[in-house]
Amino acid sequence: MKLPVSWLKDFVDLSGLEIVDIARILTMAGLEVEDISFAGLPLPKKDDHGFKVSGIEWDRDKLLVAEVSAVNPHPNADRLVLCDLFDGKEKHVVLTGAPNLFKYKGQGKLPKTLKVAFAKESAVVYNGHSDAIELLKIKKAVIRGVESSSMVCSEKELGISKDHEGIIIFDDDAPVGMPLADYIGDAVLDVKINPNMARNANVLGVARELAALTGRKLIKPNYNFDTSGASLYGMVKIDISQPELNPRFVLGLIRDVKIYPSPYWVQRRLRAAGMRPISNVVDATNYAMIEIGQPLHAFDYDVLEKRKGPQDKITILTRTASQGEKLVTLDNVERTLAPSNVLVCDTKGALSMAGIMGGLESEISGKTRNILLEGAAWNFINIRRTANQHNLPSEASFRFSRGVHPALAEEGLRRCLYWMSQWSGGKVAPGIVDEYPLAPKQSLVKISQKDIKRSLGIEIPLGKAKELLESLEFDCAFEGTETLLVKAPLFRMDIGEGIVGIADIMEELARLYGFENIPESLMADPLPPQRGNPSLEAENRVKDIMVALGLQEIISHRMTSPEIEQKLLPAGLRGELPEYVKLANFIAPEKRVMRRSMLSSVMNVMELNFRQKESLALFEIGSVYIPKAGALPLEPRRLAFAMSGKRTEAAWDSKPESNYDFFDIKGVIEALFAALHLNVKYVPSVHPSFHPGKCAAIDLDGSGLGVFGELHPELAEHYSGNAPVVAADLDLEAILAALPSGYPINAISEFPPILEDIALVVDEDMPADRVESLIKKSGGEKLVAARLFDVFRSEQLGKGKKSLAYALAYQSPDGTLNDKDAADIRNRIVAKAEKELGAKLRSS
Amino acid sequence: MLDKLEKIEKEALKTLASVKDKANLEKWRLAKIGRHSPMMNMFSQMASLSKEERPAFGQGINRLKALLEKEFEDRRAHIKQAELEESLASEKLDISLPGRPVKMGRLHPSTQNLRRVLGILAEMGFQVYTARDVESDEYNFQLLNIPPHHPAREMQDTFYIDTGNNDESEKQVLRTHTSPGQVRAMREFSSQNPDNPPPIRIALPGMCYRFEQITARSEVQFNQVEGLVLGQTITFGDLKGTLSEFARRMFGSHVKTRFRSDHFPFTEPSAEMDIECYVCGGKGCSVCKKSGWLEILGCGMVHPSVLANGGYDPARYSGFAFGMGPERQLMLRHKISDIRYFWGNDIRFLEQF
Repeated sequence: MKLPVSWLKDFVDLSGLEIVDIARILTMAGLEVEDISFAGLPLPKKDDHGFKVSGIEWDRDKLLVAEVSAVNPHPNADRLVLCDLFDGKEKHVVLTGAPNLFKYKGQGKLPKTLKVAFAKESAVVYNGHSDAIELLKIKKAVIRGVESSSMVCSEKELGISKDHEGIIIFDDDAPVGMPLADYIGDAVLDVKINPNMARNANVLGVARELAALTGRKLIKPNYNFDTSGASLYGMVKIDISQPELNPRFVLGLIRDVKIYPSPYWVQRRLRAAGMRPISNVVDATNYAMIEIGQPLHAFDYDVLEKRKGPQDKITILTRTASQGEKLVTLDNVERTLAPSNVLVCDTKGALSMAGIMGGLESEISGKTRNILLEGAAWNFINIRRTANQHNLPSEASFRFSRGVHPALAEEGLRRCLYWMSQWSGGKVAPGIVDEYPLAPKQSLVKISQKDIKRSLGIEIPLGKAKELLESLEFDCAFEGTETLLVKAPLFRMDIGEGIVGIADIMEELARLYGFENIPESLMADPLPPQRGNPSLEAENRVKDIMVALGLQEIISHRMTSPEIEQKLLPAGLRGELPEYVKLANFIAPEKRVMRRSMLSSVMNVMELNFRQKESLALFEIGSVYIPKAGALPLEPRRLAFAMSGKRTEAAWDSKPESNYDFFDIKGVIEALFAALHLNVKYVPSVHPSFHPGKCAAIDLDGSGLGVFGELHPELAEHYSGNAPVVAADLDLEAILAALPSGYPINAISEFPPILEDIALVVDEDMPADRVESLIKKSGGEKLVAARLFDVFRSEQLGKGKKSLAYALAYQSPDGTLNDKDAADIRNRIVAKAEKELGAKLRSS
Repeated sequence: MLDKLEKIEKEALKTLASVKDKANLEKWRLAKIGRHSPMMNMFSQMASLSKEERPAFGQGINRLKALLEKEFEDRRAHIKQAELEESLASEKLDISLPGRPVKMGRLHPSTQNLRRVLGILAEMGFQVYTARDVESDEYNFQLLNIPPHHPAREMQDTFYIDTGNNDESEKQVLRTHTSPGQVRAMREFSSQNPDNPPPIRIALPGMCYRFEQITARSEVQFNQVEGLVLGQTITFGDLKGTLSEFARRMFGSHVKTRFRSDHFPFTEPSAEMDIECYVCGGKGCSVCKKSGWLEILGCGMVHPSVLANGGYDPARYSGFAFGMGPERQLMLRHKISDIRYFWGNDIRFLEQF
């Protein structure tokens, strides 16, 4: 909300406070000032004031209120004029092209001087002709043969608004010769209004906060005006059909208004507050809304008079729309209304969309003479839905959709009638017709000093608390000496009752007392039992192992599309799409479901990085999302990783050699499971994403932990990579569930091992891990290591045969083994291998 | 005979002086002090000398032998040293050549910072409690004091799940904050002992989601770490003390904090904690956008309705909660201007951490 400081000063004396002090006080108390835009007043001198500021200060000697006594034609240019101007001390001839002076051109001496904003030579103003924000210093120049060294300014040139339609023409009472900074110098605070601060979405509310926070007095607005003519009582009737949607409806009447532009100071304030001035009476409704917080609506009384039957009274009805009902709103759009939309109607039909936008027919026009003014209260949820549904955000719906207390309906109406009578020459009719079927309950909260201590940790005596709360217009009374009865002021809807009310009051007390004045303390409460989070700790361990194995962790978007995940399947092998957790609203079609495949996430990032590096090894741990009918989805965590490209990176003396292959990823997996102390087996497997001959499943005691292998060559096209990709997709939940709680460490023998190699010739299709497990089993406990170091095929061995060579180590914890011990172990291994695997010891 | 010895000595020392390498030294050794060298042959001639001549000759030849052996050893040491020096000199590397690249795995920067935050909180007694990403409307909003159509919902643009069920109460959302975990934790702990629920001190990390366009400044997903403390004596002063202590551990022991009033539907009073900008020390710079302060976390005393929703009697229990964004902290610390880097996973970004 944009808030001119000059307007705030109508309601609270801010003398002695710098603009940034005001902004800081508001910010600390929950009305965050997001930026300050200066228009005339001095900018803060130092940088560490804490706010984003913009704008300029006006030079008090060079920017003055001046008067123009004649507007003369330019000898050489039709679109320029020369003004005879007096700045209080000196006369000047000022050249300008301002279109709003043309009508005075050539009239000679004007009957009434025009009061303008005058900038002398070397004054700094904004460039009104530039779209960018650009300062310029006024210099002497000759324009079409006439010398010019000063100018008359538009609002844009002074940084007041973006308006550059013409120059500023002040009200007649503007004091000639006064520095502009003193006359209209201002600063506009942009204040963020949080939902709990809805009551302060107006000048009066913020002024009230400032008064309370600085210990000053709030100057109450004037709600009184003279009345004349016939009373409104008996002339109109109000009929509210659903009080929960429309708790209050108030009407007032002003007669014989003359429609003009508003006084300049009103227009300036409205523009500074972000509103467009229209005419004195329309501006009065907006001005009163910004000032008090109550949106208002003006009807052309004579239109309503014409619409009713000759015998009837004007009857205002509020009701929800009927199915398919239509209304042409004042923006000249025919809108089809929903049955939940509330309408203000007369007996003939709809007049306006309640709290949102008026109808075209009863709108104020240049011919309007008599105005029926509406001040009403609406259900904020209903207004919010209607405004969203019709996409009609406005200053009125902003306030109504956050909640405006029904008490303000009358105050706002009165304030608006006051301004209308001031600005339009109209006469307010006696009598305000008020229908108030549903007054909200005024919250009553009991607080004690113990409550304050319990919540805030400080001792605020109840007397002091009373004083603080009263500064925000809470009505406080002692009940005995230990209890304070606190009644919320009429304009507030955010104070609850009971224990919730106490919390609400505590917040008010803390704000008024100052958060900075509440001392910091350390918790005296006992430390809860420390349970840890074993599941997260185990996940972290897996991450650390993956990092130690040289892989880079990634974290991807968890939103994807089925099409993206289908890239993991060769075109011919795509079956039906699985069920996804689908988003009802999504930012893009490729982010419309929650991922089911972790490997897909990893592969997307691989693809993104193929061009960046010749060697990639990435992993991700995170949830995938499996829908479950009638319940929240499952969110199991998975671990996926992929490697591709060169096994080593190029150095200046060595070129990278071979690419990552199946056995690189198997090495990572073996190291991972060894580090996790899980004894897994590898089973040849078939999976559509993987090369049918280069894919394995990981088995732990009969249950699967995941698959890995080389990605199916067809997928290379989908991911536009050059080198083969080896990848794994593992079930992290199953892995973590299987982690042993502990594991024994083998003693290290003091005695030297006997090392020897043996080579066994087996059939080509004999899996190497069968040979190895047989060696280990038959070697017994003295066989402490068996490492495959060569796989060899040759003509001598014969077709369909291979030789597997193992480096064996024999060792005993009890003593040094001799040749005979070694021979015994070897013979046992060879005998078993011959018998069970049909192997032959290869003679060297 | 003694002349002969003298001649041998002179000749041997002269030739030794010109020996420059191991091979020639060995040749010299064989020739001059080896078993068949003239000097050694002289020993066998001793027998042929007269009794009177013998002592002098014996002395002479023994002295000569000792001398030549010592000279040999000295020479050998000298040559070894010279060879070593020559070899060292010839093996000099251009140490400015780059080292061989080592493949290094790394944690994602968000994980790194998340661990740091959780580590500090753990030292302060906060246990990690994890909760789900896809939440019910009830847990994400209603139990946190945000009823349907409440204006506070506009503060958080929400992703809704298409469950095929339009029933308001059955709505599912991607959690917009980690706060639903508060109620899940409270309910879990209070159900253990409904009459006397245990105190709570937990940290809730997790990915949160907001329905926004992805730009340099906004993302659809981001991590949040939330903290929750419940007990029978917890006050707003404790909130300030605990969070200032956290800030000092996280951002430096001298960092100043400031608490200003703010609004969250699930806390009352609510506050925003700023720290004095650690780049400029509060003077105003581009990181703090000239304000001197950095917005670090939102916090507040747990709202009585939320306590009650969690099974904790608001008349007996009080507590505070706070939430912060680890990615935002990283952006401030490393002057990262584009939030899309985090889930973009460009290796050129990740490898800088």
